[in-house]
Amino acid sequence: MTHQFPSLSPEQKKELSDIAQKIVAPGKGILAADESTGTMGKRLQMINVENNEENRRYFRDLLFSVEPIANSIGGVICFHETLYQKADSGKFFPQAIKDKGIVVGIKVDKGTANLSGTDGETTTQGLDGLSERCAQYKKDGCDFAKWRSVLKISDGCPSALAIAENANVLARYASICQQNGLVPIVEPEILPDGAHDLKRCQYVTEKVLAAVYKALSDHHVYLEGTLLKPNMVTAGHSCTKKFTPQEVAMATVTALRRTVPSAVPGICFLSGGQSEEEASLNLNAINQMPLLRPWKLTFSYGRALQASALAAWQGKPANKAAAQQAFSTRAKINGMASKGEYNPSGSADQSSMQSLYTASYVY
Amino acid sequence: MTSGSLDIRPNAVAGPRLHNGAYREGTTSIRSDIEIPLQAPVLDSRRCGMKPLSTESLRSPVDFRGRRLVGSDTVTVDTNYICQEPAPVSSHQPTPPINSDSLRRLCGRLLSMTHQFPALSAAQKKDLHDTALRIVAPGKGILAADESVGSMAKRLAQVGVENTEDNRRQYRQILFSADERINGCIGGVIFFHETLYQHSDSGVPFVKMIRDRGIMIGVKVDKGVVPLAGTSGETTTQGLDGLSERCAQYKKDGASFAKWRCVLKISDTNPSRLAIEDNANVLARYCSICQQHGIVPIIEPELLPDGDHDLKRCQYVTEKVLAAVYKAMSDHHVYLEGTLLKPNMVTPGHACSTKYSPEEVAMATVTALRRTVPPAVTGVAFLSGGQSEEEASVNLNAINTCPLAKPWILSFSYGRALQASALRTWRGHKENQNAATEQFIKRAEAGVNSLACQGKYTGGENGGERGQHLYGPSHAY
Repeated sequence: MTHQFPSLSPEQKKELSDIAQKIVAPGKGILAADESTGTMGKRLQMINVENNEENRRYFRDLLFSVEPIANSIGGVICFHETLYQKADSGKFFPQAIKDKGIVVGIKVDKGTANLSGTDGETTTQGLDGLSERCAQYKKDGCDFAKWRSVLKISDGCPSALAIAENANVLARYASICQQNGLVPIVEPEILPDGAHDLKRCQYVTEKVLAAVYKALSDHHVYLEGTLLKPNMVTAGHSCTKKFTPQEVAMATVTALRRTVPSAVPGICFLSGGQSEEEASLNLNAINQMPLLRPWKLTFSYGRALQASALAAWQGKPANKAAAQQAFSTRAKINGMASKGEYNPSGSADQSSMQSLYTASYVY
Repeated sequence: MTSGSLDIRPNAVAGPRLHNGAYREGTTSIRSDIEIPLQAPVLDSRRCGMKPLSTESLRSPVDFRGRRLVGSDTVTVDTNYICQEPAPVSSHQPTPPINSDSLRRLCGRLLSMTHQFPALSAAQKKDLHDTALRIVAPGKGILAADESVGSMAKRLAQVGVENTEDNRRQYRQILFSADERINGCIGGVIFFHETLYQHSDSGVPFVKMIRDRGIMIGVKVDKGVVPLAGTSGETTTQGLDGLSERCAQYKKDGASFAKWRCVLKISDTNPSRLAIEDNANVLARYCSICQQHGIVPIIEPELLPDGDHDLKRCQYVTEKVLAAVYKAMSDHHVYLEGTLLKPNMVTPGHACSTKYSPEEVAMATVTALRRTVPPAVTGVAFLSGGQSEEEASVNLNAINTCPLAKPWILSFSYGRALQASALRTWRGHKENQNAATEQFIKRAEAGVNSLACQGKYTGGENGGERGQHLYGPSHAY
């Protein structure tokens, strides 16, 4: 049985679908460890650590070598550099990660580019030669990829152009990845900057996701072999009204139910500047929502998984165990939150409560 | 809608986990748990019968950090709507426990969230959603009795009956005289305009007869297809002019839902991009207008089964068409929870030489819907599109037992597949009326029986996967 000009064979579809299911297996989520060199610089600067290749390697190794994070982590997103570095054990990182039964992913976009004639809006570049790069990444041990598009909310934003253009590049990226056996994680992030309230964010999220899934359909993307990485629906950071995790959860799940087809196997939320604890509580509330949720709802957290570990490490080898313990704890908590089983016992520490919000966050 | 209790066990609505970690998808029998018992919007204290509270007695709810929420658009309402007890102001407090009561109120509050230039109020949304749920209440389907005068001509000609207004009235009377046995089978009847204002022999309005059975009344509101110039015989559907006023009148006359049929066909060149876009657009305009008048729109983008295309081609085209339909719905700000979809099943063309099993039809159909129809859509009621009564039932049964997760209520909206036997039995003779009505009741019950096997799996922990192998690997679809 064939489609009109089928883009994938049944075997290719099965491989993609299996990879996606493995990443979002029950109780598991994604560790986003794909901070670019510049972004890692900002992180390390906060704990007075020099931003050199070895320090970046050391910290990633600290995270990846924790036992047994495979219970809560289904996939790790790496930055290009990290893919070709080695763990202390001597193994290349992709191998070390795979040996734990965790799927290796790679960030493939090349950052944002301005859209002229808009109010500071952007699209994302990286399509040139993407097919060849994906083929190479697949050989080097990756099975999924990530591409981040960015939109913002203001009086005039997001514009129709920004929505359409970002949806289109996301669909092109997804199509190319699938041709090369990589599951594309589709990330249309709507920044939390601004004074808008929860309902505005929900409205915009619904419009953006509707455009994304129309584009994916137009580009013949195999939905069962993709994952979505959206923002949770939250109020803007300068909004005076505060909302509970249950309200965030209700707005988020409602928006997703209206736009994301149930063929998509999993939705892995970005943390977008929420504190570690906030991100866990919101994810937990989402998984307790009494609305039918036909996709897995889990995490793809960067800062919200690593902040405590970074703070504990302080660049000192003597703190390695403490840092690993901090990371392990957050991973476990988020694993439970992805099943709606997280019961905070009230001993959240200072760093997990700190908001990790940075204005207009850029990787 | 009655309150009932909310089941907020984690994964209650997603189905139980199997011990090997496999994720068992929810069964349609759990659907009743997802009906959120909605309260009137808490904004409106008059409807709640509550007096505004003084600001001294006002204690705003707290968030998970124990901080008081600042500002509220629910200032006139009892403040314990999030937590039963206020959490102490401390950052180390656990999240206040949610119980079903507070969550109910929460849902009510959040459903009052407005969009940029909100198209509908919370109360309007609630009404639409409730109506949609009533039409496709578990186990019930829709009787499509909305054949136009022209269509009725063809039907009546088949049994040698003259196409007069009174004959059409007599024929509908046969269907509407069905006894209480159809109360549990039929959730809604779609009327043609003329029929809405006709009566039984004893002078009882048809609308009253149906309403007295607790069945919702719908009306066909489109005005037929018109050609799209420059295409290869493709059409769009007209009927938008004055639709708003017509909807307002139909609502007064007892209708609570509407139907609009768009038609597309498959060939080497069709459906064209224009046909898909234009039909999606008129469907969305129609929906938007209906919802303004408290009428639930049934969306019908029918792909004709004419042609020799295979199952795969029909699936592909169905996916493209439905993707365009739901993008248009989003663009036109249509409230999805207050709509129903009436699609074709995915089938090969009539002239296709390959034969497919009901399981293959089911797998192709459910896969196409899963890829395009957002879970927020309340229900999917399949059209029968020329299938025989038996074929339509068998296929619907297979769809219901397909082992893929289906997050919408599944139902039927059948015309010929419910009426054919009744029509043949009647043949225009008064003395055959009761027997004809019996035939109709039988088909209605058979339709419900097809729905009754919902959620059955092939058993065992890997039932889902094993079941899929019976139908061929699902990834091939």
